[in-house]
Amino acid sequence: MSVIQRLKQKLTGSPENTPLQTLELGRVVADASRCVQCGVCGYNCPVGIPVRDYARQGLPVDDPACIACGNCVAVCPRGTLRWETSSHTIVVERFARQMGSQPPESPGLGQS
Amino acid sequence: MPTTQYLIIGNGAAGATAAETIRRHDPRGEITILTAEPYPMYSRPGLAYVLINEIPAKQVFCRTLAWYEELRLNLTLGKAAQLDVVNRLVWLEDGRSLPYDRLLIATGARATPPPYPGQDLQGVVYLDTFDGTNDLIERSKRAKRAVVVGGGITALELSEGLAHRGVETHYFLRRDRLWSQVFNDEEARLLEKTMRAHHIHIHYNTEVSEIIGDRRGRVREVRLKDGSTFKCDLLGVAIGVKPLIDVVRDTPIQTDRAILVNEYLESSVPGIYAAGDCAQVYDRWTQQHMVDILWPSAVAEGNAAGLNMVGQRHAYVKGSPFNACLLFGLHIATMGQINPRRGGDDAVEILQHISRGSSEVWYTQPRTYGSAWAGDGENTMRLVISGDFLVGAIIIGEQRLADPLRYLIEQQVDIRHLREDLAAGGETLKRSLLRFWQQLQTTPAAG
Repeated sequence: MSVIQRLKQKLTGSPENTPLQTLELGRVVADASRCVQCGVCGYNCPVGIPVRDYARQGLPVDDPACIACGNCVAVCPRGTLRWETSSHTIVVERFARQMGSQPPESPGLGQS
Repeated sequence: MPTTQYLIIGNGAAGATAAETIRRHDPRGEITILTAEPYPMYSRPGLAYVLINEIPAKQVFCRTLAWYEELRLNLTLGKAAQLDVVNRLVWLEDGRSLPYDRLLIATGARATPPPYPGQDLQGVVYLDTFDGTNDLIERSKRAKRAVVVGGGITALELSEGLAHRGVETHYFLRRDRLWSQVFNDEEARLLEKTMRAHHIHIHYNTEVSEIIGDRRGRVREVRLKDGSTFKCDLLGVAIGVKPLIDVVRDTPIQTDRAILVNEYLESSVPGIYAAGDCAQVYDRWTQQHMVDILWPSAVAEGNAAGLNMVGQRHAYVKGSPFNACLLFGLHIATMGQINPRRGGDDAVEILQHISRGSSEVWYTQPRTYGSAWAGDGENTMRLVISGDFLVGAIIIGEQRLADPLRYLIEQQVDIRHLREDLAAGGETLKRSLLRFWQQLQTTPAAG
């Protein structure tokens, strides 16, 4: 079982595709020139990250609490937020820490 | 060196951004923000999402009072009444006066009341301010039937929100199609179809001439131009906004439809700047000074004004006005010059119709007008072409090409070699644009 599957197993009881598949994708980045600071993103964040403060400055949402659920990207009415797909290792490690387990030691994950 | 006194009238996107920029470059200056509303900065576009119940009202506050303290910004409640440019003072309505060395006017714009009798009746509502929106929401809880008038995005947001809250919503169009200065026939029909699916009743060629109240001063019905009446408890008004520039009357500050500023966002009086909805800024496409009622424009102008107020000579280049919004589940991106009507460029008409979330530039046409089109009944894309350049685009539905188009317009990229593919329209147009965009990203553009 891959690290991601193990995580899914641990969190949902199934290694198959679940809403958690998004954790394979990466981090949220923002286009500040689209943002109108409405706050719909942060309101829908399950861990309470003030996403719009990142969006305002055009910064990636690199809050350590981010679980990469994708809610903010999905609800943004202005197309401000999107996924950047290059750094999924970081997200997986972060996710593992979040869930109280050791960061995955699996080789190969960081190489795609 | 003595500390500089900065005074900013207005606590919206332009004013708050300017304050932040000033503080970044001048740690010692005294910065005062004068606000007419008793709140920290809030997101005016966010009010639409409060109305539609996407977020609670308090979520629109996008700065905390701690933010003002941290940046040492004196947030002062009061309304500017008159400017004394000789003594460098702003007089407030309550009789106080505030001195300044550098002044930024960032007063924004306000919804225009309806031009017929009855505008003071309870139930005449606007989606314009925090308080106004809360009033509108309270009234919608008891209302059975609402009429919405107006052409722009705000009018559509009003109808969507009211319908969503269970009010029977009737949308009155003065002519036979929605927002005719921005949408062409197919775009309008697509949106109208979607509105009907959201239970909004559209009435064409229907114009209100009077609002009639009951004995308690509440809206009871509206009289129409044809003499008939139509019962309703609410009249949602979104016929446009006007830049708030009363404060500069009887001063040498030059105004047109808003405060005229140069590329340093400075007005005709040195030391006095304007930014946001109340500023009229040079636009390189129309070669005229234009008003944007757009949040990102206000942020960019506020930042540029702040830089100039601290003494950096920062020339501001106005971008192509852009807005992305979500209405009735449809994503709509609008940019540049997109008026589909031939020969429809009338500055007087512009001001009457400009609404929040739009730019005067949208209502103009380039000197030579060509267009390209892709539409499949659910998604549309219209490009406006002048000579060898794209000057405007409007996309409803699928948004994959929004950013590429925005780039091609903004950077004035020569697209003459795409002309045949664009003229072909449909999938050919989309594929060709996407391919060109991918090429541009891998090889640096040669201008």
